[in-house]
Formats: sequence, C-alpha cells, structure tokens
Amino acid sequence: MAPDSLDSVRPVRSARSVPDARPRPGLLNGLSHAALAVWALLIVAPLLWTFLASFKSNTEIFGDALQLPGELRLDAWGRAWGKAHVGRYLLNTAVVVAFSTFGTMLFGSMAAYVLARYRFPGSRVIYYYFTAGMAFPVFLALGPLFFVVKRVGLLYTHTGVVLVYIAYSLPFTIFFLAAFFRTLPESVAEAARIDGASHTRTFFQIMLPMARPGLVSITIFNVLGQWNQYLLPLVLLARDERDWVITQGIANISTLAGYEADWPGLFAAVCMAILPVLVVYVIFQRQIQSGLGAGALK
Amino acid sequence: MERWRTYGFVAGFLAVPIVLYTVFVISPYVQAFQISLTDWNGIAARPGYVGLDNFRRLLGDEVFWRALRNHGILLLVLPIATIVIALFFAFLLNLGGGARGPGMAGVRGSAFYRVVFFFPQVLAVAVVGVLFKAVYRPDESGVINGALVRLGADPVGWLIEPDLALWSIIAVMVWQAVGFYVVLFSAGMAAIPKDYFEAAALDGAGRARLFFSITLPLLRDTVQVGWVYLGIAAFDGFALIQVLAGDKGEPDGATTVLPIEIWKNAFSYSKVGYASAMGVALFFLTVTFAVLTLRTTRRERIDL
Repeated sequence: MAPDSLDSVRPVRSARSVPDARPRPGLLNGLSHAALAVWALLIVAPLLWTFLASFKSNTEIFGDALQLPGELRLDAWGRAWGKAHVGRYLLNTAVVVAFSTFGTMLFGSMAAYVLARYRFPGSRVIYYYFTAGMAFPVFLALGPLFFVVKRVGLLYTHTGVVLVYIAYSLPFTIFFLAAFFRTLPESVAEAARIDGASHTRTFFQIMLPMARPGLVSITIFNVLGQWNQYLLPLVLLARDERDWVITQGIANISTLAGYEADWPGLFAAVCMAILPVLVVYVIFQRQIQSGLGAGALK
Repeated sequence: MERWRTYGFVAGFLAVPIVLYTVFVISPYVQAFQISLTDWNGIAARPGYVGLDNFRRLLGDEVFWRALRNHGILLLVLPIATIVIALFFAFLLNLGGGARGPGMAGVRGSAFYRVVFFFPQVLAVAVVGVLFKAVYRPDESGVINGALVRLGADPVGWLIEPDLALWSIIAVMVWQAVGFYVVLFSAGMAAIPKDYFEAAALDGAGRARLFFSITLPLLRDTVQVGWVYLGIAAFDGFALIQVLAGDKGEPDGATTVLPIEIWKNAFSYSKVGYASAMGVALFFLTVTFAVLTLRTTRRERIDL
C-alpha cells in the first residue's frame, strides 16, 4: 500500500524546482486526486467485497473474488443472526457498553472534578496514582487480573466485565476531564455556593453541564474503545458462548467458518458487526473525529 | 464544620473510583511483578519462589527474541509508514488546493475523503482482522489474489509465507491507522495561520515548498505525539495477530509478539509466572521507548 502513495509524492516534490508561483495545477491536481482516490478505494474495497460476499454462495466465494453474487441470497444473514447468535452478541455488547461507559463517565467525572477543583491533603498523590495507570500495558496485568476477578466472584459475568472496563478507562478519563474541569471559571461555582447549593448539587447541576463539550468527547472515546474491546472479554468471558460480546463472537465465527464451511454466514456476521458502527459513524462522524483527536492531543 | 463537610464530599466522590481502580488495575499490576518471581501455575495455593529464573529463561527463549525482533520491525515501520502517508494526505486535504478564496483550501472532495479515510479507525481490530483474512486468502478466492490472477500473476501466500506474513499484518495496521493521523495532522495544519502560506505563495513557493518549509516544521509537536502513539501501538498488535495469524503467531511463530506469548503462556500453558515475567519485560520496553522518545523531543510540557 505504501509504495503507491510514495510514488505519488515524488512528482509533487519535483515541483520545487519549478520557479513559477503556481506549478502546473492540472497535472498536480490529477496526481493528488489519483492518490486520494486509490486510498479511498483501498478502504472501501474490502468492506464492499465483504458485503457482496454475504450474498454469495460458497462456490461463488471460492471462485473468482471479483465476481458479483449470482442472485440476492438473504439466507446467510438469517443464519448469522439466528444460528450464529450475532444478534445476541450485539445485544450483550450494547448492554455491557451502556453500563460501563455510564459508570466510567460518572465515576471518572466525579474523581476528576474533586481532584481538579478541591485542595486537600494527598490530592496530587491521588491524581498521579490514577494517571500512572496510563503507563502500564494491560498485558502486564492480564494473568493476575483473571484471578482477581475470579476471587471477587465475578469471573464469566457481565458485571465483572463492566467493572473491569470502568477501572481501566478511569486513568485516561480522569486525566482528560481533570484538565477540562480546571479550565472552568471559579465564579459560577462560587455563586452557587453562596446561594447555598451543596457540593454535590453544584457538581451535578452546574459544573457537569458546563463541562459538556469535554464530556461528549471522552464519552465517544470510551464508547468506541469499550465496544471494540477484544482482549478483556476473551479472558473474562471465556466460558459461556451466550455471554460473548461481538468482537469475540466474530472472531469465533471466523474460526468456525473453516470447519462448517459457512463462508457467506461469516461475511453476513461481519457485516452485522460493521453496519451499526457505520450508521453511528455517518451520523456522528464530526463529533467522533474531534472526540478521538482531542483525546490524542491532550 | 464546613471544612469537614468538604472533606466528606471529597471522600464520597473518590471512594468508588479508588476502590475499583485499586482492585482491578493496581493490584493486578503489583501482583504481576510478584508472580514474575515465582513458578506459579494458577492453581497451586503456594507458588514457589524462583528468584530471577523466569527472566533468565526468557533470555534463552528463542520465541522471546523472535517476538522482540517483530516488535523492532513494527516500531520502525508502523510509525514511519503511517506518518508519511498521513502527512501526505493531510496536506492534500487541507492545503493541496492552493490559495483559493480567502485562504488555503484542500483539494476538491476533501470532506468526503476525510470521512472515508477515518472509518477503519472506528472498527474493532478483531473485525478488521476477520475482514483481512478474506482479503489475504492464499488462493484466487482472496480479494488481492483474485485480482492478481486476473492480471495473469501467481497468487501470493500473504499470510503463509514466513517472510511476508508480518508485512501483510503491518499493512493492515497502517490501513487502519492512517485516517486517524490524517485527522490529527489536519487539526495541526488548521492551527497554522493562513498568512504564512499566503506570504510564501506570493513569494512564489510551490506546494512542495509550502509543505517542507512551513507545514512540516510547524507540525513537529503533533507528529511527535503521533510517533509516541504509534510506537506504543507497536508493542501491542494482539487482536490483529491473534485473529489473522492465530494463537501461535503463524506461520511457525514468524509473526508472534509479546502480548500473544503472554496470553498463550498464562491461559493455554498455565505458566502464569513466566507470562508475568514477559509482562514485566514488555512494561520496561514500553516505558523505555516512551522516555527515550520524549527525551529526544524538546517539548516544554510533557503530558503522559
């Protein structure tokens, strides 16, 4: 993939030697567009191919890859939804992510708020205690984490996964939101306090609404991260297939497709995993891009 | 009185996050360091203390070195390829149209390209892996090989040739990452004042000149952030390699990385002690990389 685009860099670079103010725009524009179009094609082609393959028969899939399906077969979608439990996996994921993102945002913003805006002994230490979590690779914790979750009796449960997701999302969420809460003006909180609002009330009714842009960004960041999580459910939900989340399910269907020779079913399942994400992405793409970008630049 | 009420509020807000974080994040990390000094198999009530034996074994373990070599390749290729491609596209999308109207503009259709390029980033890595399993299939039923066969070439064993497999996997990582860095660099480019470009364009600078003399130097910080992120990603790769190359990093361990080995040792072989030692090694590698990168970059403020 890389060589394509590198090749197209070269003509642009040679334009440096052209003394004129405007290098021939026709040729350059053409090459720019070609490079962009090639990359767009590289992204769309595998997705489109998968979508088409879900309507093909096994023979067609193993035949010429560039051929359209002979007829519109919908049975693979039915099999993926029913027999392969993609519907159940999607539902499990939605439930887990709803609770874990809500919990992450609630506890993350609470901790970030007091760490950013209250002075008390140990506040710096606690702040660094939380943010230090960002420096550790999750693989270091993997073995012991399994036994910790087992010991508290939450292994192979969605509750366990939700709590673990929240715990591992806290460092970045607190880091990001604390920086955000620090930028909010003191005067509003002061006024609320003079009016007799309690600390808790000031937080939920005044500070949280003011922090909305930051909350939206980091919520999107957490929803995507937790929806796409693969490693943790693989470890924590290994036992019962009915509890699996979508990433686990798809990976497993992919392995099984080899034995059961149901390739259209696999591709229909992949499409079902992609479509909800695609719809959400098309609607919220602006917020998603700025949310993830803000996360990285902080 | 007021003071104690404040402390009570602070404690109330911090209690749940601290407990969750301590139990599920900090305690496993601390235990990992302890367990790495034992021969624990996950079952024995009293793990045997073996000192640094696990680490000694690690140094003699061929698989460990192969994983390290693969991390090295990833660490070199993934950031460079991703950043070069992303910078090129970000430049075209933001400034490639030259001075049009009131300021600099991207080439036509920029908004559309940005939406398309970014999309892989929101897909789960596991799903992307399954997708590319079909793309890379070794016979003509694979998407790439289907095209190759049509052009009269022989099909290529993208994932089954030991010398090629890792590169095929890196290509998928770049495929998925580029869009994100296009957006990241675009944000950086948008922050560059327009007059810089206008002045340079008036002086007769072409697009390449604009890129190398203005955009790139002013984008240094953003590129460095991207470098650190991609470097840290180079120490992961678990989901993609596990799906594309299997638990063992097929073919024949050619694509294995430390996360795969940690997972396999802990849960397939029940060598929790040995897996933890690998985890400790991975931790020090990641930290060394982050510190080195941030040291060599002269940023005033370091946020990590």
